[in-house]
Amino acid sequence: MTGFLASEFFHNYRRSASAIIGSALMAAFAFAVLAGPFLVAQDPYDIASLNLMDSYKPPVWLPGGDPQFWLGTDGQGRDVWASILYGARISLFIGLVAMVASCTIGTLLGLIAGFYGGIVDSVIMRIADIQLSFPSILIALFLMSAVGTGVDKVLIALTAVGWVVYARTVRGSTLSEIEKEYVQAAKVAGLPNHKIIRKHVLPNVLTPLIVIATIQVGTFVLIEASLSFLGVGVPITQPSLGLLIKNGFDVLFSGLWWTSVFPGVAIMMLVFGINLFGDFLRDELNPRLK
Amino acid sequence: MTDQPLLAVRDLRTHFHTFSGTVKAVDGVSFEIGQGEVMGLVGESGGGKSVVGFSILGLIDSPGKIEAGEILLDGKNLVAASEAELRKVRGREISMVFQDPMTSLNPLHSVGRQMDEVLRLHTDLDAKARQAACVEMLESVGISRAAERLKAYPHQFSGGMRQRVVIAIALLARPRLIIADEPTTALDVTIQSQILKLMRAQIAEKGASMILITHDLAVVSEMADHITVLYCGKVVERGRTRDLINAPSHPYTRGLIDSIPDTVNRHDRLSQIPGTVPDIRNLPKGCNFRDRCPRAQALCAEVEPQLEPQHGTLSSACHFPLKPGEAA
Repeated sequence: MTGFLASEFFHNYRRSASAIIGSALMAAFAFAVLAGPFLVAQDPYDIASLNLMDSYKPPVWLPGGDPQFWLGTDGQGRDVWASILYGARISLFIGLVAMVASCTIGTLLGLIAGFYGGIVDSVIMRIADIQLSFPSILIALFLMSAVGTGVDKVLIALTAVGWVVYARTVRGSTLSEIEKEYVQAAKVAGLPNHKIIRKHVLPNVLTPLIVIATIQVGTFVLIEASLSFLGVGVPITQPSLGLLIKNGFDVLFSGLWWTSVFPGVAIMMLVFGINLFGDFLRDELNPRLK
Repeated sequence: MTDQPLLAVRDLRTHFHTFSGTVKAVDGVSFEIGQGEVMGLVGESGGGKSVVGFSILGLIDSPGKIEAGEILLDGKNLVAASEAELRKVRGREISMVFQDPMTSLNPLHSVGRQMDEVLRLHTDLDAKARQAACVEMLESVGISRAAERLKAYPHQFSGGMRQRVVIAIALLARPRLIIADEPTTALDVTIQSQILKLMRAQIAEKGASMILITHDLAVVSEMADHITVLYCGKVVERGRTRDLINAPSHPYTRGLIDSIPDTVNRHDRLSQIPGTVPDIRNLPKGCNFRDRCPRAQALCAEVEPQLEPQHGTLSSACHFPLKPGEAA
């Protein structure tokens, strides 16, 4: 650990305001997501614990506010704060799992395309090109309307959208890595292709992916929110932050703004934190920017 | 022992089929290397030298293809061998030393791990024996505190030291043939001769043979028993090193020798071969060298010269070969 504290990475981290703010926001969300159920009295999905008499209570600092619900309640009498904590779990879960899935699939396809080239490369990269020519939200919308809604379907849609960026990045780095003599040397030494890919190419193409993966969690949270807002995302029984915004949107112009504004602020802070930290990582891990 | 050569290349033709035409990078090259011999393969950039090396190892990728010829290792034809058979040959029977020690080691693995990889692949030794073999090999290429250095990463070594490591890796599985592709080109002049001496000593000690691919006649003249000179994918001259360096019969070889800086008899200016290598995609009729050749005559534009015996041990492909003592 002293090694880490003395490292250049940590040195630069301490001097970067955006890195500290970003990681603090991410840490706050990590804590909220893990400890959420213990922080709030109400389980917003336990219908029995809800009381319709509590519906549309404003935040505590407005007239009519109830100290029990400091960010107010929605139409079912759900505590907005509790909903945000539970919703952030679903949003982050979807963001992280979809990122891992896209990263794995995209990296694998990129390695294969870059290493073997030829027809395999053409097929994979043309699919990627076609995919990139549509807005990602549109592809996700198509897929969701085809396969239906649900958390698993959202994950499929996000992965289908997200793998391309990894495949392209990895293919590019692979092409430049396999030109290097150590890969030739590994071939000359008689190493089979799968070992060359795993031991020599993969470790050398990973660095740029860390940055992409970080920022992509934020992007996925946003896409998921958009899908849910459009009504094709997660089911109403498992509202993510995006679905909370949608639910509140119906009454936004009746002056009951808090039910959608606060989840919106939560999404903004989450994605903002991730992007700040991602920017810092990009600067740190890119040797050309040093 | 029979007098069968370790490696015999017969009429090797490796062509690259590109959109802008077929590149005959290697076109009818033949040579033999006996046990323990060092052969220099010399020529300008783009002369097909490296392609010969990669052809021997079966590492010609599309759009390249070995169109014809035989590569006989102990009488076994590698051109007809399957990928699995070739993989057993690579690293085990034939290994390779590359030009640039800065990129021929993986920056993310320790030197020890990269050495170990070769032994794991090609021997049945256990971990301890492999470690011992690595230490011994590193020491024999002149790296002190070898046991410690095994844990070091390539960036912790200087260029010369890395090339020693690369040589150590190439020798590790005790191959019988080493293909060295410009092994000293990327090194400082002061390090070059150290590395060359080291390679020669190691090869002599292990009884291996070597193909030394280089554009630098000075380097091969120190190292090689035989020299084969390539021009536009064809052998233009070959013979024993001393004969070829002292009295080449092909004007191209003469030109290469004259363009070596000579600090002892410094005459006025360094001579050079005029012009550049012709476009290898559509070579003209006749001799490929004629546009750059001071001795070219009408015949050279019509008939392509074939390899014929000349004085001493030399053979060359020239209609008007140089006699010993004759200037170009």
